[in-house]
Amino acid sequence: MELLERFAAGDLEAFEVLFRQHQREVYAWILRIVRDSGIAEDLTVETFWRIYKYRARFKPDGNFRAWARRIGTNAALDHLRHARQETSLPENLPCAPSPDCAVARETRGLINRAFHELPPKYRLVAMLALVEEESYAGIAEAAGISESLVKVRVFRAVRMLRKKLNSLRPEVCAK
Amino acid sequence: MSNEEISKEMKELLKQAVAPVQDAELRRDLWPQMLRKLEEPPLPIHNVPWFDWALAALAGAALLFFPGIIPALFYHL
Repeated sequence: MELLERFAAGDLEAFEVLFRQHQREVYAWILRIVRDSGIAEDLTVETFWRIYKYRARFKPDGNFRAWARRIGTNAALDHLRHARQETSLPENLPCAPSPDCAVARETRGLINRAFHELPPKYRLVAMLALVEEESYAGIAEAAGISESLVKVRVFRAVRMLRKKLNSLRPEVCAK
Repeated sequence: MSNEEISKEMKELLKQAVAPVQDAELRRDLWPQMLRKLEEPPLPIHNVPWFDWALAALAGAALLFFPGIIPALFYHL
């Protein structure tokens, strides 16, 4: 019996093998969304717990990697929804290396605030598409939506960000 | 300013404020944590507090009597 078939049948050893094969990749993907290593570790475990719980739904001839990534994306999105009111991006996020890394701390704070106030599903695609520069196709596969919907959400996220920034401090967008 | 230019400008602003993840390496094996979670007993349904059930009933009733709020709800979810 193949590994994926054994996993789908509930074999814990097969699950352990799959866990060890994919934990790093799932963790790295979730980290890109939540940006906190501790939370990303917890969500990686939560992801694999869901994977094991819903193993009967997995078709052994399917793509385990894509399935795991989709479940991980959903777990991260659930986290963004629940943590929305409780946490904010840390103030001391590293500034991207650029010749004019002198976007003032205050301006960065405003951008962070505006970004954090985006609805989670828009924050997810904006983070992956605009900051992490993942492909629209990759995001679509991971989020279980169409590529065109990813584009629409990125567009809307940009529009919302711009509107929020304009209301917070007009000169940020007038740069 | 075109939509493309706006997107590009916003992308630059965002990337200056939120740097891409550089180090996404997992530092430890999560299998022991996974095993602990698998061994946890499932939460019995009667452990859900009564006010959660009341809230769910209220939400269900609101959706039933005011179906017009469903699209708005989907938009915000």
